[in-house]
Amino acid sequence: MSPTDPPVPPSRGGGTPSPVLSVRGLRKSFGDVEVLRGIDLDVVPGEVVALIGASGSGKTTFLRSLNGLEVPTGGSVTPRDGRPIDFDRAVPKRELLRLRDQSAMVFQQFNLFPHLTVLQNVTEGPVRVQRRPAAEVREEALALLDRVGLRDRADAYPVELSGGQQQRVGIVRALALRPDLLLFDEPTSALDPELVGDVLSVMRQLAEEGWTMIVVTHELDFARRVASEVVFLDGGVVVERGRPDEVLTRPTHPRTQRFLRRLLDPLDD
Amino acid sequence: MQSSLDLFLRSFWPIASGALVGTIPLALASFAIGLVIALVVALMRLSEQRLLRGLARLYISVIRGTPLLVQLFIVFYGLPSIGVKIDPWPSAIIAFSLNVGGYAAEVIRASILSVPKGQWEAAHTVGMSRGLALRRIVLPQAARVSVPPLSNTFISLVKDTSLASVILVTELFRQARQIATVSSEFMLLYLEAALIYWLICLVLSAGQDALEKRLDRHVAH
Repeated sequence: MSPTDPPVPPSRGGGTPSPVLSVRGLRKSFGDVEVLRGIDLDVVPGEVVALIGASGSGKTTFLRSLNGLEVPTGGSVTPRDGRPIDFDRAVPKRELLRLRDQSAMVFQQFNLFPHLTVLQNVTEGPVRVQRRPAAEVREEALALLDRVGLRDRADAYPVELSGGQQQRVGIVRALALRPDLLLFDEPTSALDPELVGDVLSVMRQLAEEGWTMIVVTHELDFARRVASEVVFLDGGVVVERGRPDEVLTRPTHPRTQRFLRRLLDPLDD
Repeated sequence: MQSSLDLFLRSFWPIASGALVGTIPLALASFAIGLVIALVVALMRLSEQRLLRGLARLYISVIRGTPLLVQLFIVFYGLPSIGVKIDPWPSAIIAFSLNVGGYAAEVIRASILSVPKGQWEAAHTVGMSRGLALRRIVLPQAARVSVPPLSNTFISLVKDTSLASVILVTELFRQARQIATVSSEFMLLYLEAALIYWLICLVLSAGQDALEKRLDRHVAH
């Protein structure tokens, strides 16, 4: 691979791949409120996990616990290096960096850096943090922007872009870090409906290329067509999980059934 | 009337030169040092360490709770009595810097807090430490927010440097006072001094506008 090629996900390879992430009994409380009440999850390379659930179900908090934006209050998370981080005792800050550094995140509100150009938004992490050569990072960033149709906006500032364009920059910013794991926090929820498709199609491409992704989403159609596993959260626990056609088409748990019915037909009830 | 105009014109350059060698360099040096103090104090105020927070609070409280003239007297006339003798210029710079530091610290703290939490989080997820995130992501955005209030601080400082005349620093107002004493044209000379202060502040306001426009390039309106 030449240095200017865009990053490619780690190959799925043969045999049983070691998980990118293993979560056991994860708990999180804010004061007296327990938001996560013991969640397990295993993610192997190339897998796309869709986290669905009503607002307040804990899905976003769960996602943010996987890169240290939230510090869980119990349970454990094992990153790719295989050494578990045990949240039942006090966890030093640098332990959390092992989680942060293997993943990258795409935010609901994009959270692009408004004072930097599109290109600078993408190169900031690889150059300033990962200390990779600026010229190489720049080429790679331009190639990635090209893939999402934004190469000609490289020198624009975020404020000059539409929401859909901003979110595609957000995705490119995450990819440029060459993470083992991509975390998406409701990436299309803040977009006008006609802009959602562009972002979802980029995400679908990534999934097809074998990127490992965890996606908090309300886009059931996306989950059905792209996810390898759908996890339904309610009240801080996993109520139902499985292949998309199972969970989304023939849910067995009444709470899943109710949630899906409401999502598909909001006026019904 | 003729002689008044004549005095006004003849005294203009001596007073303006007081601004050039006294008022302006004094204000610039004190402001620069004061901003460094302010940034440190603001970060202490935002620290997770209680002791640092407490010290910063105390500093801000003392500076804002005592008159600048008294602070200036303590440094110049007070310290020599405990054996610390400092020349007029350094005394003025010390007093003014500490004063600016106290006021600007709160401005900078508020500006840092005004940057959305999502910016810190995005910086975190691209791998930045707190320090790097502050330097590369948060402070540049906080700078934009802090321009109007810091411009206020700077304009106040320019005018407050007139207090340095009482500790023998040659600056705008001291020049005006001297000419006024000699000529006994107090009204004329003090109005002239006021006019020159005003002109300086007009230039500074224009500079503030230009700076805001420059920093506004990437902000939605």
